[in-house]
Amino acid sequence: MRTVFKTSYDADINLFRHGAQFGWYALLLALALLLPLGVSTFAIGEMTNLLIWAIACMGLMVLVGQTGQASLGHAAFLAVGCYANVLLQTELGLPFIVAFPLAGLIAGVAGAVIAMPMTRLHGIYLAIGTLAIAILTDDFIVVAAPLTNGVMGLFAPDIDIFGIGFNRYANPDRLYYLVLGITLLVVLLYRNLQRSPLGRSFAAIRDSEISAQAMGVNVARTKAIAFGISAGITGLGGALMGHFAGIFNNETFNIIISIQLLLAIVIGGLGTIHGAFFGAAVVALLPQAISMSRDFLGQFLGGGSIAIPGLEAALFGAILIGFILFEPSGIYGRWVKIRTYFELFPFYRKDMFRRQKSYLKTERMR
Amino acid sequence: MSLLELENVTLKFGGVTAVNKVSFSVEEGEVFALVGPNGAGKSTVFNLISRFYDPFEGDIRFDGQTILNRQPHVIARLGIARTFQNIELFDQATVMQNLLVGRHRHRRSNMWTELAFTPFVRAEERRHREAIEKAIDFLDLQAYRDKYIAGLPYGVRKVVEMGRALAIEPRLLLLDEPASGLSVEETQDVAFWVEDMKKQMGITVLMVEHDMHLVASVSDRVLALADGKMLALGTPQEVQNDPRVIEAYIGVSDENEKVLA
Repeated sequence: MRTVFKTSYDADINLFRHGAQFGWYALLLALALLLPLGVSTFAIGEMTNLLIWAIACMGLMVLVGQTGQASLGHAAFLAVGCYANVLLQTELGLPFIVAFPLAGLIAGVAGAVIAMPMTRLHGIYLAIGTLAIAILTDDFIVVAAPLTNGVMGLFAPDIDIFGIGFNRYANPDRLYYLVLGITLLVVLLYRNLQRSPLGRSFAAIRDSEISAQAMGVNVARTKAIAFGISAGITGLGGALMGHFAGIFNNETFNIIISIQLLLAIVIGGLGTIHGAFFGAAVVALLPQAISMSRDFLGQFLGGGSIAIPGLEAALFGAILIGFILFEPSGIYGRWVKIRTYFELFPFYRKDMFRRQKSYLKTERMR
Repeated sequence: MSLLELENVTLKFGGVTAVNKVSFSVEEGEVFALVGPNGAGKSTVFNLISRFYDPFEGDIRFDGQTILNRQPHVIARLGIARTFQNIELFDQATVMQNLLVGRHRHRRSNMWTELAFTPFVRAEERRHREAIEKAIDFLDLQAYRDKYIAGLPYGVRKVVEMGRALAIEPRLLLLDEPASGLSVEETQDVAFWVEDMKKQMGITVLMVEHDMHLVASVSDRVLALADGKMLALGTPQEVQNDPRVIEAYIGVSDENEKVLA
């Protein structure tokens, strides 16, 4: 176990706790940069998809993991980001480099505006309220057909930055690098949030609204900001999803996507950036893993590669139930335990991470 | 002019009058204690000052200005800090992060500069950390600085909550039963701290406390409440010897009662 001797306040403020930690992340980044050299075009596509999901997951993580507000409506913000990005490019002729951040901003403002009435709701009521938003967005896209082309859907143009084209099929490596860059930027924003007063006020609201209020945190306003930032990041993810899919309509961002997003961050580990990536990996790679294993098993068992309806959803549910029962802190929580085991070897104790009984809380006055 | 004044404050929950025409004023630089049996309305008075409840009638003034038109989150910005009877810390955060939330009142950066983490935000962070280090030193919390609240014992949590209130740099500190559940030694520490807050930091303290030894040793004036009504106001000795207070705590000892029995 590494003990960091802090000699200045900056030791707590810096992005990395110590040099070795920086080294590991640099190694990971190098690996990510070199990836296109070593794997197939198909695999690069899947990695791009994973990173896009990771951005969307980070968006929801800000709200659920950081601020403790449930949302079953984040597919709506994916849709807002996606449609805004494409419409700004096709209707107004804006270049991607302007349309993309604007789409995030539009999704963010939409999130903050929707949050204003929502912030009075708690727990299950908030979840139902946001669910309604997702359903309404689906209907709105159909109703606003002149703009959104309704159920027929829209084509996303190729991304073009200063004459350099990014297309999933023509140059998958370039698209991968673009998405990787955006992912890194979002991670940096998230880290900045975590180490600044705003991120701490989010966590304060998550753990005790009443005491956050007594510390001078404007709870309603801060929740709206959390919704805004969350929806903004999710919108960026949605914009990239649109470009990745090429064509999309109201069905692309249906309620299942909302639920998958929520499942991903719970399976990954709530409240951590790592969790968003682990969760994204599960969601993005599970369908491929299923089809591959089906082909593989088919060779021995017969039956070929006949699709089994609902298999993906069933597996998802099973994984989620497993995590809630045996590892509520998600994949990242499990990883921390494994790491601690080796760091402290042979002194790790089984109950080291056992949850403490929480003490009585003041009546919440809600 | 008194720092905090309550004038004829009444609060009703449905048919129950929790606080009934309570008036008192806390002078700058004194330690003022609220005592009384369970359900007397002591914590309710705190929640009224914190603006979690709206009084049915009466006025609450801080520094000469009414606070009834203020929202709860503005109270901390005015310089009123508080602790909670049942400890309301941010469990999934470290001691240091908890104390840093107390610095929210002094936040000067905004969302955009923080997302970009400009040099100004970094300088501010250093300033906040320097400020909470004073509270950590004062309350001897150095050993727990990076520990998560969820794993800390009760006694330490009590102290952390006090530290978080001090991080606000308040003019008026409301302590809701600071010694409940603490050992004799820990209670002694609390007595010293309250004394030092008053003398060294110039903080006015209003506290609710059941431990009469602590109340007698640190407070300048005491107000006894029972059933939401004011019983007695004066020095600790005066209030402890007041027949109405004795009656409220241990019942009447008059002749009629004996006859009935």
